Amino acid sequence: MIVNDSSAPSVGHPSAAETQPPRLAKKRFLHDAAEHVRDTGHRAFVRKALSGYYASRDVQKARFRDWEHARDAASLAKWSAVNQLDELLPRFVANFEANGGQVHWARDAEEARTIVLGLVRAARAKAIIKSKCMTSEEIHLNAAIEAEGYGVVESDLGEFIQQLRGEPPYHFVFPCMHVRRDEISDLFGKHLGTPPTDSPEELTMIARRHMRRLYVDADIGITGANFLVAETGQISITENEGNARLTAALPRVHIAISGIEKVVEHLDDLAVLLPMLATAGAGQPMTCYNTLYAGPRRPGEADGPEEMHLVLLDNSRTAILADPEQRDSLHCIRCGACLNVCPIFKNVGGFTYGTTYQGPIGSVITPHLRGVADWNHLSAASSLCGACTDACPVRIDIAHHLLHNRRNAARTAPNAWEKLGHRLFAMVARRPWLFGLGGAVFRRTLPLLKAVRPPLLRDWLASRDLPAAPRQSFRRQWDHRRSQQPAASREGSA
Amino acid sequence: MSGETGMSAREVILARIREALRVPAPLPHGLAAESQSQVRQPQQRAAVTTSGAASAGISVAHASNRLPTLTVLPEEVARPWLPDGGETPAERLQLLIENLGKLRAIVQQVPDLTAASDYLLTIARERDWHRVAWHPHPLVEPLLAGVPCATYRVDAADFDKNALESCDAGITSCEALVAQTGSLLVSSATSGGRALSILPHVHVVVATCDQIVATLADALHAAQARHDGHLPSMLSFITGPSRTGDIERILVLGAHGPKELILILVG
Ligand code: SF4
Repeated sequence: MIVNDSSAPSVGHPSAAETQPPRLAKKRFLHDAAEHVRDTGHRAFVRKALSGYYASRDVQKARFRDWEHARDAASLAKWSAVNQLDELLPRFVANFEANGGQVHWARDAEEARTIVLGLVRAARAKAIIKSKCMTSEEIHLNAAIEAEGYGVVESDLGEFIQQLRGEPPYHFVFPCMHVRRDEISDLFGKHLGTPPTDSPEELTMIARRHMRRLYVDADIGITGANFLVAETGQISITENEGNARLTAALPRVHIAISGIEKVVEHLDDLAVLLPMLATAGAGQPMTCYNTLYAGPRRPGEADGPEEMHLVLLDNSRTAILADPEQRDSLHCIRCGACLNVCPIFKNVGGFTYGTTYQGPIGSVITPHLRGVADWNHLSAASSLCGACTDACPVRIDIAHHLLHNRRNAARTAPNAWEKLGHRLFAMVARRPWLFGLGGAVFRRTLPLLKAVRPPLLRDWLASRDLPAAPRQSFRRQWDHRRSQQPAASREGSA
Repeated sequence: MSGETGMSAREVILARIREALRVPAPLPHGLAAESQSQVRQPQQRAAVTTSGAASAGISVAHASNRLPTLTVLPEEVARPWLPDGGETPAERLQLLIENLGKLRAIVQQVPDLTAASDYLLTIARERDWHRVAWHPHPLVEPLLAGVPCATYRVDAADFDKNALESCDAGITSCEALVAQTGSLLVSSATSGGRALSILPHVHVVVATCDQIVATLADALHAAQARHDGHLPSMLSFITGPSRTGDIERILVLGAHGPKELILILVG
């Protein structure tokens, strides 16, 4: 992996793809994927880490009296909010401001960084603590803050580990799921001077002890947002560790960064969305802390920030909104379920994507966010199994959107070879005799192909095996079976 | 985009949204395929309901020239497809205790505040607490008499985060207890601010049985009704002690928030 070997603790490392000329994104993907697929040890490690998730997800799903109806409701809540964004976003903003919060609008990443840096300077911040926030990864915020000479510490355990490693998150919900405990022990030893241990519990306590003073001393706390509630002007933050709660409680200034698509209309909608997010994403009944913030500290409240700012980020989300076919990809609640079930993700790993949002949903939205020409190869990395669509708690039709992306790319930048191939196939497929002949030739020459390994097939065969050729064509086998079945049962099964 | 010069970022983004939404989107996958068959009449306007949406208890209303809006059908308000929250108080109590147990929280049922105070004394001794933090509240204050160590009173007038950081435990009340998920709803208004329930290593919650509600929605509605339009600056569902699975997806309790969550249930 290319991103994996940066040993310098350059904090807030922008994702490798952004620092490379984008045309290289596809080349890099193919290179990293090929490398990763052969790393069976790593793949086994990732699969093992996910095995517990599958078990607990199924237990929690079974607690729903009807999971499919819950999905209907969740998808409709998001659908209705996204399709009324023109009304609900201003409504949310008005209520958020009435609660004493300040809103900043950012058309793109650059504008968002400028806004946050302005707030950091105005607060004369000495120390900044941050909880997990994917939009900040998207805009490469940490690097920008550090370039100005400020320090910023990631408080989520997984993000903290990734920050020390100088890597972006591997998975947008489980940032360091690819890292072994002995690597974490070495990492803490090197940066924090702690003795080696192979206990996940002890490693967690090291981070806990390290972080405690930082919460108390920080002047600014930066968080993300999972939902923006239009009717009450609250923002909702979901987390397990308590680090976001601390980040929004102790520093003098709270800055939250959110995509504009996170709006829901009613507070009540969260009673459906919060348990579904937890169950689909991590196999929990509820994530440990689901917190709603309505502005800074109120008179009479013991503590809380003096100022609360919210940066509302567009950064091409309106381009997705303008595509009615894929508008539902804005319903995403970033639960990560589609990554956890994706055979491509499990085989090529999170870094190979080179994107802020990995996995199936990342492959759908990244071409919109960063350009179809450079990022469409991600949509080809799909087995078309549809596991992502089945897993999605808000019923985004991810698998078909990957196909839509392919179609769109073929329209904008047609590939002559691909066209020729399809034309040839169409010609053959329309002529049963030719199709049969082709099959017969292929069945006979398969052993030869295996032995000779012609250059075009060599790459493909490097990590795969060709199956043995069947003796008869499918059509012959089909006819044969049907002729042996009694007519009555044929009717029934038709 | 042309015509954006001279506009503020706010205006530009809102203009882009309005422009983007001019073309309506199909209903979500799985619902879109169903025919728009059943017609219902919530309020006065005609509502076209897809059968999938109807089974989810939600009707999609296409007002004449507006985008569709959703209305929850009255018979589905209880959301009979979410995890069960219990029908009777006894069922809810049982579900709550069961769920909290699975989350590895500690639940102690006591008959009255005196017994609660005795229990607090016991756990304070067992855990060798040196200082506990609390906030003025009719359920919390009576328990403090029995605490065998120093106390720190969280106060809006002079809050000291360093003092709070040095405490072993924080004792708070809560807004509601949710049977459906085993969650406790705390708020900055009724649980001593934001940090008291998250910074100390142990969080002790004192609540009465009549604070138990069936569902998350019930808890939110109760908070909305209690604060009547002036929601506290923080409302937080706490579902078990702080946890992480970031190291090899192995569960560890006490990541940054409390390692122990103890519920003292009075009555
Ligand atoms: S697309 Fe669906 S499954 Fe994937 S992260 Fe988003 S909400 Fe979860």
